Amino acid sequence: MTLDLPFIFAALMGTSILVYVILDGFDLGVGILFPFATPDERDRMVASIGPFWDANETWLVLAIGLLLVAFPVAHGAILTQLYLPVTLMLIALILRGVAFEFRAKAPAGHKRTWDFLFWFGSMLTGLTQGFMLGIYVMGLAWTWWHIGFALLTGVFLTVAYSFIGAAWIIHKADGALQAKAITWARDGLWGVVLGMGAVSLATPYVSTRIFDKWFSWPQMLWLSPLPLASAALIGLVWWTLRRLPLDGDRLSWLPFVATSALFALGFAGMAYSFFPYIVPEAITIYEAAAAPESLWIILIGALIVIPMIAAYSAFSYFIFRGKATALSYE
Amino acid sequence: MDALLLSRIQFGANISFHILFPTITIALGWVLLFFKLRFNATGDRKWMDAYMFWVKVFALSFAMGVVSGITMSFQFGTNWPGFMETVGNVAGPLLAYEVLTAFFLEAAFLGIMLFGASRVKPWVHTLATFLVAFGTTMSAFWIIVLNSWMHTPQGYELRDGVVHATDWMAILFNPSMPYRLVHMLLASGLTVAFLIAGISALRLLMKDKAEGTKSAFRTGILMAAMLIPLQIVAGDMHGLNTLEHQPAKVAAMEGNWETQSNAPLLLFAVPNKETRSNDYEIGIPSLASIILTHDADGVVPGLNDFVAEDGTILHPPVLQVFWSFRVMVGVGMLMLATSWLGAFLLWRRGVDRMPRLYLMGMSGMAFMGWVATLAGWYTTEIGRQPWLVSGVLATADAVSPVAAPMVLSTLIAYLLVYAGLMIAYMWVITYLARKAAKGETLPLDPRQGVAGPDLMPAE
Repeated sequence: MTLDLPFIFAALMGTSILVYVILDGFDLGVGILFPFATPDERDRMVASIGPFWDANETWLVLAIGLLLVAFPVAHGAILTQLYLPVTLMLIALILRGVAFEFRAKAPAGHKRTWDFLFWFGSMLTGLTQGFMLGIYVMGLAWTWWHIGFALLTGVFLTVAYSFIGAAWIIHKADGALQAKAITWARDGLWGVVLGMGAVSLATPYVSTRIFDKWFSWPQMLWLSPLPLASAALIGLVWWTLRRLPLDGDRLSWLPFVATSALFALGFAGMAYSFFPYIVPEAITIYEAAAAPESLWIILIGALIVIPMIAAYSAFSYFIFRGKATALSYE
Repeated sequence: MDALLLSRIQFGANISFHILFPTITIALGWVLLFFKLRFNATGDRKWMDAYMFWVKVFALSFAMGVVSGITMSFQFGTNWPGFMETVGNVAGPLLAYEVLTAFFLEAAFLGIMLFGASRVKPWVHTLATFLVAFGTTMSAFWIIVLNSWMHTPQGYELRDGVVHATDWMAILFNPSMPYRLVHMLLASGLTVAFLIAGISALRLLMKDKAEGTKSAFRTGILMAAMLIPLQIVAGDMHGLNTLEHQPAKVAAMEGNWETQSNAPLLLFAVPNKETRSNDYEIGIPSLASIILTHDADGVVPGLNDFVAEDGTILHPPVLQVFWSFRVMVGVGMLMLATSWLGAFLLWRRGVDRMPRLYLMGMSGMAFMGWVATLAGWYTTEIGRQPWLVSGVLATADAVSPVAAPMVLSTLIAYLLVYAGLMIAYMWVITYLARKAAKGETLPLDPRQGVAGPDLMPAE
């Protein structure tokens, strides 16, 4: 029996990116929302992401690591094209990561500076990631049109992150902060809608191959649940946000879970569009893959370790379940 | 400057900044486990005080390591695409295992280790501390395997210019790996020992009466005094291994231009690449031969053996390697002197009557482990040039086509960020020490505000 190793690795990498976008998405979003919160609220917001952000960011390392080890040719081709936004994103990730630690340990007078850097880093990370998404969707070519489009997707993704961040706070906070988060979420939903819409409309326009994949019969029929389910989820989130908070904190988990599902659907649609290309319309996953014997070695490790990662990530989320209070090293 | 040199400087700056923090977290994880186990065994609160102070330093260092580590994984693609294209079949699985087995172990259990002490059973917290320490060490193992393979590659074959793995055991246990691993783990141990001793000395200078500080000080000094002789032996063995497999590097470390017996150990010299000789040379006759071959008449390879017929230089730049090596050894000797003096003073006078001058000296030594570690890495990595993977891939063939001005601008941005963060990091650690010394509650201190459940030692 021969396994389709490049496909398996593309699936693993795709899953890692998706998990990253959801998990780091919410903690980036919390950072993006900083200017709207009071200093006390900021401490609680940080407490709600404190035990998780290290592990969340590690999914990015896994995703980019899989690209690096399983598709070495594509790693070089994509990252040299995205040299500048990647560098900006990395500096932004550095700033927010360390600001997170420093703000808790520095004297009170310095806290404002670190809070600013935490916000700035989170914001710039969202913008550059959205920008790179835009350039990627446009086939990794730098024209003024594409840059314009990428700037838009940058804004949309940043707002989408702030939205999922607000959805996380709705679940992890109570009282005034929760009420505030509900209004933040209501104000941020447009980012998700426009972001998904922009990418969904632009992708088939850029490539006739992708256009045919979606808009030919009978594919259109069996693909139709994807946009329909997305629309239904958006409706559900909107409906819930109008009614929250409910007695006994019912349904406070729903916006976050529904948004995660929405991200997953959008991502599945993108994956379907680009498959089998990893560098859009230029290099397929089969052309970019490393040697089969090396992929086997990695696969064995991945199959042992990824279930473990899932298990203890779940354990960690279970330990720190419930409403976030002040963060303490106890 | 061309894109190649700029890319090398940028990668060097990134990895230099990165390695500072794993160097601390690898060994500090085990020291924290030691504090925790002492607390479990004795129930003495002072060990938990030491744990609570140093776990904050750990959290800060870990975060710096994570964010700078993310940068590393992108740099391969942005600046060195030729590396993965050529040796990806070997480097890929090793990097993948590093991320899979280690990174997640650390990152996932770190949350419980840092913030979970009152949320989980005491033994789970001890276990989480162990897993984080184990994870950081495994991380180091995989990276050292890959790095060692780049110095002494084996277990592969070339097909159409691309490396394919043929024997994974040979790749894992390549000739320089055991020496490099031991050398690096000991370097981490020493860095942490001096950091703990130095910061604790600073607190003692500020009249900190806490028992936890004294215990940490004692732990740091004794750890340093025990590790430094081991490190000198391990370093010597690593040097002999390098002589066997990378003679050009040793020739550069010794500043030895002509192959000769009775080679002198140079204490000072300015290697001159134009004249291909040393200026202002001061040496001890025959000592290099004795150190490297254990025989005064032993032959030490010279740099002139590594010049091709057409004049192409096949050995590393001499000045940088020569002086990095001397800085590393010099700091090592300083560590030997200060830690043994400290152990002697502890034995004769006890922690309460340490001379002020000694405590001041030790405070100054707090970050010296970094200096030695960086100098050692510069020796070995610059010593590998002009190769990226010895004999397989030249550094110049792996660099990306990104234009020099672009690389220069990102390099400047990285350097500014790193310089700022370095200052902030060192400042915050000393700030935490100052605050703790005054007995003020630290930010995020578990004892502030409402009394939480008291910590219990694990059974």
